[in-house]
Formats: sequence, C-alpha cells, structure tokens
Amino acid sequence: MYFSEHLSKEMLSQYGIAVPAGRLARSADEAAQACAAIAARKYVVKAQIVAGGRGLAGGVKFAATPSAVADEARKMLGSTLVTAQTGSSGELVSSIYVEQAMDLAQSYFIALALDTATGEVLLLASSEGGVEFEQRSKMDPDTVKRMTLGRDGPDTRSQLTDFLKGIGIEADAPVNMILAAREAFVENDMTLLEINPFARTSDGKWVAIDAKIAIDGSALFRHPEFEPLVEKQGLTATEMEAARNNINLVRMEGNIGIVSNGAGLGLATTDMIFDAGGAPANFMDIRTTATSFDIGKGVSLLLDEPKAKVILLNVHGGGMTSCDTVAEGLTFAYSRSKRHLPVVARLAGLNAEWGTRILRERKIPVEIHDTMTAAVARAVEIAR
Amino acid sequence: MSIFVNADTRVIVQGMTGRAGTFYTDQAMRYGATYVGGVRPGKGGRRHLDLPLFNSVSEAVEGTGANASLVIVPAPFAANAMIEAIEAGIGVVVCVTERVPQHDMARVKAALRQSDTMLIGPNSQGILTPGQCKIGVMPTVDAKPGNIGIASRSASLTSEILAQCSKAGLGQSTTVGIGGDTLHGVDFVDCLKRFKDDPETEAVVLVGEIGGREEEEAAAYLKSVNFGKPVVALVVGRHAPEGRRMGHAGTLSTFGLASAAEKIDVLRDAGVAIANTADDVVAAIGTVPVPA
Repeated sequence: MYFSEHLSKEMLSQYGIAVPAGRLARSADEAAQACAAIAARKYVVKAQIVAGGRGLAGGVKFAATPSAVADEARKMLGSTLVTAQTGSSGELVSSIYVEQAMDLAQSYFIALALDTATGEVLLLASSEGGVEFEQRSKMDPDTVKRMTLGRDGPDTRSQLTDFLKGIGIEADAPVNMILAAREAFVENDMTLLEINPFARTSDGKWVAIDAKIAIDGSALFRHPEFEPLVEKQGLTATEMEAARNNINLVRMEGNIGIVSNGAGLGLATTDMIFDAGGAPANFMDIRTTATSFDIGKGVSLLLDEPKAKVILLNVHGGGMTSCDTVAEGLTFAYSRSKRHLPVVARLAGLNAEWGTRILRERKIPVEIHDTMTAAVARAVEIAR
Repeated sequence: MSIFVNADTRVIVQGMTGRAGTFYTDQAMRYGATYVGGVRPGKGGRRHLDLPLFNSVSEAVEGTGANASLVIVPAPFAANAMIEAIEAGIGVVVCVTERVPQHDMARVKAALRQSDTMLIGPNSQGILTPGQCKIGVMPTVDAKPGNIGIASRSASLTSEILAQCSKAGLGQSTTVGIGGDTLHGVDFVDCLKRFKDDPETEAVVLVGEIGGREEEEAAAYLKSVNFGKPVVALVVGRHAPEGRRMGHAGTLSTFGLASAAEKIDVLRDAGVAIANTADDVVAAIGTVPVPA
C-alpha cells in the first residue's frame, strides 16, 4: 500500500529528514489559509493521488500568492488526473498539498528498496533527479547507481560517504538523512522509499522535495496505526469489497467476468482471453482461505458489473479451494441476483465432477467445457 | 530419483496442531509420505495424529531424525519458525504460509546464508515427489511418478499442468512450488541445477509470471551450461494491467522489471520451448520419451 506525498513527508520528518513546510487542504479556502501557516515567497500546489507521473499530467502547479494558490486548488480538487500510471480511468483528486516552493541548485534521485535476492536494504541513487527521472533511467540504467546498505549498524557510514561522492554529493547532511531514511524504512516495514527530487537548495540546504513510500500490506498486523489508511489506496469500492471477502479483484475494461482460483491461473485466463480476441472485465484470485460465501460475494460483484456479458469460470480445484466450493459460491450469488449472466465453465482437479453437478442441478445457465482453450473461445464468442 | 525430497525424507510439522496443520499432515500421511512428529511449544511429550509432539525443532530432530520440516503457522510467526528450523540444521524447510512480511523474510534470508538449508517458499504449495514424499498443500489426485520436473511460481498452474501431463502419460519426478512472494528460498536456478543432475528427470517445465527476476536468471543459467534436457516454459501475465498487484506479491511491477513478453524473449533465446498457454505445455514437451 502506498502513502500519499504528505503522509510520506510527515513520516520522513519524524526521522529528522528535512521537508518543505506544507499543509494538506481539501478546499480552496483551506488552501489559501494554509499559505498563512507556511509563509513562503512562492508556493506549489500538488494533487494528492497515489499514482506517480502527476507532474507531467498537470498535478503540480506553482503559485505566487494565496489567492493564486486558491485558484489552482479550485481547478485541481474534484478533477480526475490521468497519468502514465493511472490507466485510462484516472484518479480523483480529493485533497491537495500546499507547500513552500524552493529554489533548487541540484536535484538527485534517492530510493531504498529490498534486494529481492538477498533481502538486504538497497540504496539506488542518481545525480539526475526530477520529473523525467523514470524515463531517463529506463533509457540508460547506468545513470542509477546501487549500493547495499544492510539493515542496521553505523559501519556503512564511510562506505555510504564514498558512494555518494560517486554521484557528486559531498556533504554530511545527505549521509545522515539517508541513514535516517534506512531506519524509517526498516522500522515501518517499507518496501519502497523514494525521494525524488532529493535536492540541494540554492541556499545550501538538503531537502526531500517529493517522497513516495510503499508499506508492506502483509506487515499491517504490527502497524495498527496504518490501518485507517488502507481504505485510501486508489481501489474501487468493488475491489475493496472483494478484498474484505478474501478475493483479490482488479477491475479491467472488458466484458468477460472471470472467476478463477490462484493468481497464476487468473493471469493465465486473462492472457488466453486477450489471445482469443476478447477482453476481461476483471482479474480474480480467490485466496485459499476463501469460503463459498466469500466466493459468492465475489461473483455477485461481477453480476453487478453492468459491462459484464458472460461469466467464465476457470477453476483448478486443489489445496483448500475445491471445485464444489467455487460452484457453491456461484450458486449463492445466482440465488441472490436477478441478473443471470450465462456461465461458461471449465472445472478440473479436486471435486471437479461434484462442482459440475452442483452447477447443473441448481439450474445455473451453464455450458461446461473440458479444456480451458474451448471455454475461453466460447466465452469470447458470447461476449462479442 | 527426484530432487530435494524422496522416500527417505522424514518430515516434522511446525504448526501441526492447528486446523490447517492437522488437515495437511493427515493428507500427506494418507498419501504415504513419512511424517515423524510435530512441534508445538508447551505441548512436548503429547501426541497428535498419533505422532509425537516436541517443544522445539531441535528436540524434534533429536527425537525423530527428521530432515525436513513443513512450516504451516500464521504469518506473524512464520519467520521465527523458519529460522528455528534453519538453525536446527533441517535440510529442507517448506513454508506454505501466505503474507509473510518482506522484512521478516530479510531476516530469514540472512539465516539461510549461514546454513545449508534449502527453503521452499513461503507462499508455496510445497514440494511433491509423486509416490514418495509430499510436503505441502497441493492436491495429489492427478500426480503420477515419472520423468517431468516442474518448478513453478504458481500453485494453481502447477496443479493444472501436472494433471495435463499425467493425462498424457507423462509422470513427474518432482514438482517444486518456489512460492509467489518477492523474497523466497530456492529459485528456478536451484531447481534447474538439481533437475540437470537428476537421472530420473528427462524434461523440465518452468511456470513463471510477471514480476521478479526468476525467469531472467533461469535464462542466464541455461545459457551458461549444456543443460542436456528439454526445458519448456509458460510465463503468464502477458496482458496483466500494468502496475497493479495481482495476488502474488512477486508480481508487483516496480520500475526496472521486465514484462512477460521480455521474459519470454530471454527464455526463448536460451533455448527454452515456450508454451503460450497451459493447454500447450504437453505438446511442447512432445519430444520427451514416455516413461515405460
């Protein structure tokens, strides 16, 4: 799960990392009032969305006066920003961050991540920070330097100092800030901490101008303080409802509703639908802990999806999710909904015959196919 | 033969007295695997499923001669359970627990570096050598002993491909679920090295997906050796919405990671036969002799 910019900066400042003075605002009036608290010569208004790429999409605007700040806030609030990372539906701007604008002498990119091979904390750094960093780093991976920071201990200090010299940073403050960032990273179960730009201002201060933090959702049991933030992850109401029922659901643009168990089989089903010329309405992964009631809830969400024309049930029963459990779930949903979309089913593995019998006996409008390829082809045909 | 586990593997279960632990221990024993005890702090000396319980992994090893462990405990306790098994010198540790925090896995990886333990998982369906040993939560109804080795990032697709192989007369030497999480134990390369040296394994199927670097590293390894056996790969997620979490934590697309199409390209370049869908895997193996 991602922290928005203002939460990310709040956390960094708790660890002694300098950030520009700023205030969160949910209305133009609040934005104007924020300026009084910040007292800067120039301000910047930033849309608080989870997705990146907002700078290029008009989500960051400079303003000289409180009334200009209010004007920018009025335009931004309630608008939908479509960035390179949001998908075509974009992300609604429900709050903005008003901040002191700073004159930057030099911008760098700094990120902490976990090395997937070793689990060590990895520092990524580049002397070319700023808005276009991602594009530039994709073209030329050599602009990003890597160093293994390790999880704790002061012995990395001299190594870190040398490493930063390699990208042109020669000062104590950035070393201290990066060691503080590592502490924040480990203590809060972060999977990514990105500071871009990490900048030296024209008056010689080192400041985190923008920050993005990703927290490991699996570690929330030891961070109950983050729980209230889970709801604000840019998920749709449908996706959140599914998550509460042990189902990982991602809405997509097409019209074939997919019911499948396991992330791998779900991805495989999605690939096959596209290859056959169709388009899925969703991606679904039924977690192994899901009951038939949970699955019923997931199917209901698909039946409530106006653009869905057909349900494709692709299940390989095993572990705890057997075919009869999924079939029961589907019949629950059909017994409660007036919208009985046709079902194309392919059931294999544990209790496949039992699952098939349930679907037939409960009068589900179902066609059974023996292979995934045949079931996918038929679903695409119905959806056309 | 097989890789990692065989008929001589003696398994203990950490978390055996729980609901899932009880269910899967019972299933594995019915399948014929050799389970020798369980670990449950405070319950040492009692019995469960007619097996002895111990207070710690080291006591269990001493009491039973166990050389493998199934970790099936809730996520907050999984890392310490894995580390306890690693420090007790267990040879093969299988963790099926989902949603183990990544920073906990960082501690587990540090413990692994000091040991010879092979960790399978977490978030894995486990490991199966048909007819000999099952450690995990996978179904066995369709499994058959034979000569196909499977290493996979997806439990559901492993079951699917295993069933299709068996139906076509292709049994399996060993199937390994390396787990769906970003940070995990054995990887594709570890499996490939052992499949290469295993005389029973005549062909290998890799089941990959978007995210991580497993497929790229497998491709680099295959290019660096004369593998000598056909390798087939299925990589799913070619049409996954970009940048979204798709169930497996390992499939989180962050910057710098390759798409499924790029992974397919590097594998093909390493001489791997690419199956477009799970339904194409058996045909891709096609040239492998059917075991007598």
